[in-house]
Amino acid sequence: MNGKKLYLKLKIWRQAAPKAVGAFVNYNVSVSPGASFLEMLDELNNDLERNNLEPVTFESDCREGICGTCGLVINGEPHGPLRKIATCQLHMRHFKDGETIYIEPFRAKSFPVIKDLAVDRSAFDKIIQAGGFISVNTGGVPDANSILIPKDAAGEAFDSAACIGCGACAAACKNGSAMLFVSAKVSQFALLPQGKPERQMRVESMVAKMDELGFGSCSNTYACEAECPKGISVRNIARLNREYFSAKVKSKNIEA
Amino acid sequence: MANLDSKAPSGPVESKWTNHKFNLKLVNPANKRKYEIIVVGTGLAGASAAASLGELGYNVKAFTFHDSPRRAHSIAAQGGINAAKNYQNDGDSVFRLFYDTIKGGDFRSREANVYRLAEVSGNIIDQCVAQGVPFAREYGGLLDNRSFGGAQVSRTFYARGQTGQQLLLGAYGALSRQIRLGSVKMFNKREMLDLVTTDGYARGIVVRNLLTGEIESYPAHAVILATGGYSNVFYLSTNAMNSNATAIWRAHKKGAYFANPCFTQIHPTCIPLHGESQSKLTLMSESLRNDGRVWVPKKQADNRSPDQIPEYERDYYLERKYPSYGNLSPRDISSRSAKEVCDEGRGVNGGEAVYLDFEEAIKRLGKKEIEERYGNLFEIYETITGENPYNVPMQIYPAPHYTMGGLWVDYNLMSTIPGLFVLGEANFSDHGANRLGASALMQGLADGYFIAPYCIGDYLAAQKPALISSGHEAFKKSEEAVKEQISRLLSIHGKMTVDEIHKKLGRLLWNKVGMARNETGLKEAISEIKQLREEFRENVNVVGNGNDLNQTLERAGRVADYLELAELMAVDALHRNESCGGHFREEYQTEEGEAKRDDENFSYVAAWEFEDVGKWKLNKEQLDFEFLQLAQRSYK
Repeated sequence: MNGKKLYLKLKIWRQAAPKAVGAFVNYNVSVSPGASFLEMLDELNNDLERNNLEPVTFESDCREGICGTCGLVINGEPHGPLRKIATCQLHMRHFKDGETIYIEPFRAKSFPVIKDLAVDRSAFDKIIQAGGFISVNTGGVPDANSILIPKDAAGEAFDSAACIGCGACAAACKNGSAMLFVSAKVSQFALLPQGKPERQMRVESMVAKMDELGFGSCSNTYACEAECPKGISVRNIARLNREYFSAKVKSKNIEA
Repeated sequence: MANLDSKAPSGPVESKWTNHKFNLKLVNPANKRKYEIIVVGTGLAGASAAASLGELGYNVKAFTFHDSPRRAHSIAAQGGINAAKNYQNDGDSVFRLFYDTIKGGDFRSREANVYRLAEVSGNIIDQCVAQGVPFAREYGGLLDNRSFGGAQVSRTFYARGQTGQQLLLGAYGALSRQIRLGSVKMFNKREMLDLVTTDGYARGIVVRNLLTGEIESYPAHAVILATGGYSNVFYLSTNAMNSNATAIWRAHKKGAYFANPCFTQIHPTCIPLHGESQSKLTLMSESLRNDGRVWVPKKQADNRSPDQIPEYERDYYLERKYPSYGNLSPRDISSRSAKEVCDEGRGVNGGEAVYLDFEEAIKRLGKKEIEERYGNLFEIYETITGENPYNVPMQIYPAPHYTMGGLWVDYNLMSTIPGLFVLGEANFSDHGANRLGASALMQGLADGYFIAPYCIGDYLAAQKPALISSGHEAFKKSEEAVKEQISRLLSIHGKMTVDEIHKKLGRLLWNKVGMARNETGLKEAISEIKQLREEFRENVNVVGNGNDLNQTLERAGRVADYLELAELMAVDALHRNESCGGHFREEYQTEEGEAKRDDENFSYVAAWEFEDVGKWKLNKEQLDFEFLQLAQRSYK
């Protein structure tokens, strides 16, 4: 895996603070093709530190594509050119020697830049807090096997639950919509018997919160699905719409 | 040397917890809201504790250094969670899970705690299902199970290869609900930098706001640390980049004893190193060993590609050495065996890798079934290595993964500082010298959902601790100390980067305090760690300032703590003149090369009391085995 080093030109978005004016800054790096994209940035940062220059701020944690912390726009695409991976799973062997790479933060109205490539995605937490859960307290629940769930339904619920909350969907969407994120959570619970009691309330409050936080609406371009590192399907959005209309038909909240 | 009292209740093992719960004092529902509880960390243990305490009516403040509580590293656990449900009718029971865990831990854990863990394991599964965690199901709609290392029954519940993610999102949902209801106040992007005590009691914490650099004080009646383990002391580990020991280490320096620091787990199935720039190692779930077969060539330095090596020239060394457990032998044994064959020169691809082969399983079960079971793990492997494990065997090698050691806690999960509770991987309690697969998730959730909420109520009701204000002198003093440390780090202006020193420390530990240790190596390690600590103090370069998001500064603080903790790991490993579980001292092995325990002299928990940097006092908690017979572990 160790092959010849790649020489690359990086154009990285640097922005000192949320309100500061940002710009692309050029860097030249050489990197082994076996390294990951973020390891390339680690090396760049170590070089910058050795020269007393401020390293590039970017977030990452598990580096296995599951925590959802990392997220860069690479050559215009959230999480880069490959499909169904997070930025941390992208490896340098997919780039060509001499290539120029543009690296930017996720851009969406509801994700303000904190510094350089780090953005604030706390809006996603607020949407979950609005109803993305099943209201059970600890203890006093029935035996796990007393709830029968068909294998297919469990599998489908899992597919929706696999969302890592990275925000690539909103960053990919020209409207900055969070529909894929919201629909994944709504679907997971709509597919399971445990989610039924709060089904109507959940979809109404999550959608209301999403709108309140300034996420845009869905215009069916499917860019979200294309960039989703977990391959969350747009069918979830279709289900969300069904759930939402059916909830609204029965809603007591008639002015909405 | 003092003997520590575990406060484990007496009586038959099956009724200890029930009796203890009855004897614990309760806080009247109306009084609960008068109590402030701080929870640091929002992984499985922290999120479940914060949510459960919020539900009970306490005022909870939860802290995480992440941008969201959902990012905690529990999210990355792949394989599964154990529970003694006996849904498979294969002879499982609470007692068997208890027995397997004690034996798996090589008889270095506390019986009463482990039994309780097994006892509440079933409740965890019930709880998670009620929250909507999409566990794997059978066609009839019932829950499915798989097998894991160190057990001969199928008791592991799973959600494909993303069990930790699903369990954490369940706990995060419960936590989010309490945040919405106002019983939990969530503080993201805050890193705990000190524990504040007065009169020897925990009174609150001092944190750094990672976005603004502000140092903030938060008082409470009780503090819970659920901040995970310290495998990142090795630099390269399967832990997330930001997992660290700072919270527990700073609490240790305020008086919490650190137990069994040398008990670290090196996981046998990780993706081998690719080169110098490697930032972390990726685990391949142990569940793969249900169907994958581990082998190396019989010949040394055999460079043929695996498909060119015929069956009779392959050594399926785990199946050969441990016929009854085979590829599902416990982690410490599997890792050591891999090291052994590689040390013999039979490792593949440059010598530091062994094969994990699915050819036989694919023939037996079909590719579709294998995909169903391990699809996402195979994808992870291919993404990283560029090789397709359906066609060529995976290459794996051991890597630091989990730390059994941690802050000492009594049966109530309370540390030696009254009012400071420690949950999950951050404490030392349940896994002895080696943790079995799928038991970390179980312990994190057991502590958070079902144990801590009872024990904390008892502490509050019995002690009626006072709440001091954030303006109290103790907070001011602590804030000053934290600020001083930060400005010191920023003013060194040396020549080495934080990562460079951390890498050096990691290599040193891996070589001398890793899978095999000996007296000479450990003594060298201790003096080299001291030197490296000096080098860090004088020659590190932390660029930037303390008034905004500064990730180098964050890492520098953590590495400063590792440089102290690493020495304690070596000191502990040097003092423990025996081999047990993950702690393998080359001087102490049986003729077959297995770990040789010394129960007469070392059947205790080593709980180290901080006196000064590089200076500790040893305290012991004697381990008595009333219900299980001490025996040499055999997986043959």
